[in-house]
Amino acid sequence: MDLTLSESELAFQAEARAWLAANVPSTPLPSMDTAEGWVAHQEWEARLSAARWSVVSWPEAFHGREASLVEWVIFEEEYYRAGAPGRVSQNGIFLLAPILFDHGTPEQQARFLPTMATGEQIWAQCWSEPEAGSDLASLTSTARRDEARGGWLLGGQKTWSSRASFAHWGFGLFRSDPGAQRHAGLTYFLFPLDAEGVTVRPIAQLDGEAGFAEIFFEDVFVPDSDVLGGVGEGWSVAMSTAGNERGLSLRSPGRFCAAADRLVDLYRAGLDGHDAGSTGKIAGSTGEQVVDAWVKAQAYRLYTWGTVTRLAGGGDMGAAGSVNKVFWSELDIALHETALDLLGPEAEVDSTWLDGYVFSLSGPIYAGTNEVQRNIVAERILGLPREPKGART
Amino acid sequence: MKFELTDDQGDFRSSLESLLSSADTVGAARAWASGDHAPGLALWKRLADQGLTMLATDATPVEVCIAFESLGRHAVPGPWVESAAYLPLALGREVEGVATVAVPPLVPYALDADVADHVFVVTGGSLARATPGEHKTSVDRTRHLFTVSAEDAVTAGDLDAAFDLAVLATSAQLLGAGERILADAVAYVKQRKQFGREIGSYQAIKHALADVRIALDFARPLVLGAALGEVGVSAAKVAAGDAAYLSSRTGLQVHGAIGYTAELDLSIWITKVRALVTAWGTPAHHRARILQELVG
Repeated sequence: MDLTLSESELAFQAEARAWLAANVPSTPLPSMDTAEGWVAHQEWEARLSAARWSVVSWPEAFHGREASLVEWVIFEEEYYRAGAPGRVSQNGIFLLAPILFDHGTPEQQARFLPTMATGEQIWAQCWSEPEAGSDLASLTSTARRDEARGGWLLGGQKTWSSRASFAHWGFGLFRSDPGAQRHAGLTYFLFPLDAEGVTVRPIAQLDGEAGFAEIFFEDVFVPDSDVLGGVGEGWSVAMSTAGNERGLSLRSPGRFCAAADRLVDLYRAGLDGHDAGSTGKIAGSTGEQVVDAWVKAQAYRLYTWGTVTRLAGGGDMGAAGSVNKVFWSELDIALHETALDLLGPEAEVDSTWLDGYVFSLSGPIYAGTNEVQRNIVAERILGLPREPKGART
Repeated sequence: MKFELTDDQGDFRSSLESLLSSADTVGAARAWASGDHAPGLALWKRLADQGLTMLATDATPVEVCIAFESLGRHAVPGPWVESAAYLPLALGREVEGVATVAVPPLVPYALDADVADHVFVVTGGSLARATPGEHKTSVDRTRHLFTVSAEDAVTAGDLDAAFDLAVLATSAQLLGAGERILADAVAYVKQRKQFGREIGSYQAIKHALADVRIALDFARPLVLGAALGEVGVSAAKVAAGDAAYLSSRTGLQVHGAIGYTAELDLSIWITKVRALVTAWGTPAHHRARILQELVG
């Protein structure tokens, strides 16, 4: 039982901290879901990549540092502590890349990973459909064989596709065997979003910005070389992505610990600037809310070290990813709600806290709703009986 | 970086679990509650022989946590926090026999002072011998509480460190009790049928129990993290108390009326968790302490 970092890990931490201190923009970039902010975020990715900080855990051949899991967590901690920009390349580097490493051909890896690392090509995830949300396996978008051209013709509609408003490429599942049901007969495709037959319609999110989009496919040709994994094996290929998104990679503890520290600062500033009680700004219960949010951020940090230890020892995330996802998504909301409570009547006015709050509201919904996650915890970890037939087919 | 029990610590946990699993601890707890201390004292001796009373002075706080989680999981009765966590550090030595202590105002009564060989009280910042007075009935019938009056002072060690170790031990005990209630609740909802199917197949039940699993999973690293000095013990107590309490409320609810009976063994843990949540510092005390440390 040992929570200390080795000398090389400490050196890695110091190097990351120094680079970030010298390079993180002093004022926040405009939102990545605007045309102007998109460009600024892509430029930031290029800068990160030039110093080999964009994909620290990847092989050196693909612009990485072959960082260990421990080092990855350290980097993330430093990244968020430094107040660095959100990662516009997140869908690609955290969700698609692990699949490309496991299931991609060497040709696909060479073609896609380097431009993903530099931020030159940004990827959108295309899972949900209008009638297939939590029940993803009921998806009906199709892939028809085009033997003459050696590929597939995609048809149908995807929606809630994060980053698709501005992204260059998309990845998602399509039904390649029309006779197969549910998890069978699905294939994982990669496709450029400017291909003929693709129509992208941005959707304004709660904050008014086009963070996701719906995508229409009309006989979109995809060559065989852009099929990821085996034909008909899309579900099992994709599920490793879902595990990643729910689990460790998407939400590192650094993000919550940094927010918790800023929350404590906000509380302290309120105490210093106002007589407690006289302005109503520091209500009695907000102190306890600050404590609870801070304690939970620490819990998440320590829990992650436990996960890292298990993964480093050859274990896998499994259904524990669902435990993780419910916890961080609720923690994120609690952190930001507490900040808004502290801000009092100023809470409704534009601020970083308000942006973070609106973003946090999507946490319990995306990457598998928290209701689905609780089912997974109950059935796969606690061993409770599955829903009877009819309630779930 | 290795945040998991070492092989030796895992072995220690296994041997303790196997001893307690076959020791009829529930029988000892029920006897203790009714005033028959014999089975509980026999168990006390076996556990002392395993080294439990010397962990505070001779092992690390991690071993203390391992032991107290097991004591909580098996509802072992007696003043264990007092004898195996607080007093060894307060006295600067292992305690002989059964001992107890009151640390007012946070710990106003001495637990099981009627059966203790040595009774102490902290008064005016120093440790003194004490005599038990009036008996107070706890919600946890296995906890016999006594007022105390101070006598002669004794030389004391680090009372703050002693208090913190008692808080940590109580947190671990809460974790064990919370795990036990969850395990019993899961077993029950898998076999209890209503409306033609196991009640554990209904989402209302599943989601409630999943929330308990999640709360306990995130309380554990705080308890072990506090044992390693990564966070304060107050964070461990707050999280373990909240998680165990959620487990007790949920465990009672999914059992329905049978859960509300003294006859069902679940009652031992439900009442114990309620008592431990406010023992060795209430949640409000520990939250205020964390806030003070955060804002300085």
